[in-house]
Amino acid sequence: MSAVEMIVIGVLFASGAYLLMERSLTRIALGVGVIGNGINVLIIASGSRSGQAPILGRSGEFADPMPQALVLTAIVIGFGLLSFLLALAWRNWTISEDDEVEDDLEDRLVARRDAAKDSIDQASGERSS
Amino acid sequence: MNNAFLVAPIIVPLLMAALSIVVRQAAVQRVLSFIGLGVALAAALTTFIRVASDGEIIVSRLGGWPAPIAITLVADRLSAVLVLIALIVSTVVLAFAIGQRAADERSSFYHPVYLVMVAGISQAFLAGDLFNLFVAFEVLLMASYVLLTLEGTNAQVRSGTTYVVLNIVESMVLLLAIGLVYAATGTVSMAELPERLAALPDGTAMGLQLLLLTAFGIKAAVFPLFFWLPDAYPTAPSSVTAVFAGLLTKVGVYAIIRTQTLLFPGEFSDLIVVIGGLTMLVGVLGAISHSDMKRILSFHIVSQIGYMMFGLGVGGTAAIAATVFYLIHHIPVKTSLFLVEGIIERDAGTSSFSKIGGLARRSPMLALLFMIPALSLAGLPPFSGFLAKFALIRAGLENGRYVIVAVAIVVSLLTLVSMIKIWVGIFWGEVRPPLQEGSVGLLRHHRVMGVSTGFLVAITVCIAIAAGPLYEYCLEASKQLLDLAQYVSAVRSS
Repeated sequence: MSAVEMIVIGVLFASGAYLLMERSLTRIALGVGVIGNGINVLIIASGSRSGQAPILGRSGEFADPMPQALVLTAIVIGFGLLSFLLALAWRNWTISEDDEVEDDLEDRLVARRDAAKDSIDQASGERSS
Repeated sequence: MNNAFLVAPIIVPLLMAALSIVVRQAAVQRVLSFIGLGVALAAALTTFIRVASDGEIIVSRLGGWPAPIAITLVADRLSAVLVLIALIVSTVVLAFAIGQRAADERSSFYHPVYLVMVAGISQAFLAGDLFNLFVAFEVLLMASYVLLTLEGTNAQVRSGTTYVVLNIVESMVLLLAIGLVYAATGTVSMAELPERLAALPDGTAMGLQLLLLTAFGIKAAVFPLFFWLPDAYPTAPSSVTAVFAGLLTKVGVYAIIRTQTLLFPGEFSDLIVVIGGLTMLVGVLGAISHSDMKRILSFHIVSQIGYMMFGLGVGGTAAIAATVFYLIHHIPVKTSLFLVEGIIERDAGTSSFSKIGGLARRSPMLALLFMIPALSLAGLPPFSGFLAKFALIRAGLENGRYVIVAVAIVVSLLTLVSMIKIWVGIFWGEVRPPLQEGSVGLLRHHRVMGVSTGFLVAITVCIAIAAGPLYEYCLEASKQLLDLAQYVSAVRSS
């Protein structure tokens, strides 16, 4: 694996991970695409030195065709995932006019209930003292 | 191509799914679904009988290619029984979904997508190499994304987003792990890997193992990677949640069992025990804090996964046999609980304690259908859950793991507490919504749903009755799991 490949993989992973942590769905989708390509490059790079032919055509050294086959499958799957995510983002947009990933309502209800209970406890504690 | 029938549980549902997309008529789609599942079930039963009778490992190489190139399917005792039970449960749930007549079953995409998911689940259990396992995961996940968001309502899209994004990240970690495994060892075949992984330097092997565990851990919803589950599952229609709860997380557990027994035998077992304990505890505490039946049940899934991790972490023939038994018992029990919830939700439009009550008076039969799996899940004798937990705890004590055994017993009690909470909230108390003419005998209006739920509950009772032979089988499965040489030679000599 050459230094260039390593740097490319590193940059793709870093920027993909950064995008995944955003709250907006379009950015998450972009992050999925970027990090997915990072992984694909990594698998390709693990199989061969760059510039070699993938398939045995004549004698001499040739790159391992297996990672390329794996990556081909991974690209197709990644494409499917990305398009579903974009469809979801679009649906989210048509429903709520933004593409932020929202909090879980039920969780907030539980949190609010606990907070209310705490304040009641505090108030009654103050009264008795 | 030898043992071609092994591919039937995968290929037949896929074919029927393809036909089903073309047809688009509800009645025809239903028939196609049942044909697909029926043929798959027959093939799974054949496999199970062959594997159970003489303990051989059935291997099929698709297309007749030699071993490293062909897609290899392997059915040992664990895989065979899981495929069988998965197909039984998914057939019952399909019947329930048709009886439920929810909006999603009426969509012309429900049946094809459901069949694709079943094919993915079978493939995951039968996969003989890591990459094939990854593809199976993607097939079932993709189908699950669609099922979860099929109605496209606000709540579904919101929680579906979390689910989809989390699982995409999981897929990426898995793909990364598989790429690195290939880079390190030059193979992804599960038969070749044990030898080559053992030859790797410790640090490299550890990194690969932790990556695989993280990926499968997200899928199996173990602590601390469980938070997406109680958020996403409750918003789906009950029939969908039921099959997710019963089967999808178990595919993750199965993958962890394979990784821990075949690829990295005995490594990091303490870590897995600790994770198991925390998963149990956090899951059950989450269940107690909620007051909606579907939410409570969703948190229970997490908690129950902890028990399986506990057995796997303890290791040894007895503990792994107990884990397998737990897995087998858990699938129908959990699914039937969600089906009961589905009947309630279909009738009242909600499963929140604040809106329903006194159901035991309206339908004693439904209360019974809830009580049997609920007590089983909490681990009360004489139900299957008691036997599964007893086997786990005995194995834990034999290995001197007292702390985790104590945690498991406390969590059992807390599970019972949360089940009582559901019981008091929904089945006892004032009858809500108020009684009307004809609202007594709730199951009479939902006959198909009632019968299919009853069938599943009967299976859980059968597991308790047939526990002796079944445990014997699990013991054999556990011996087979720990005997790497048998697996490797079976695949190589095929």
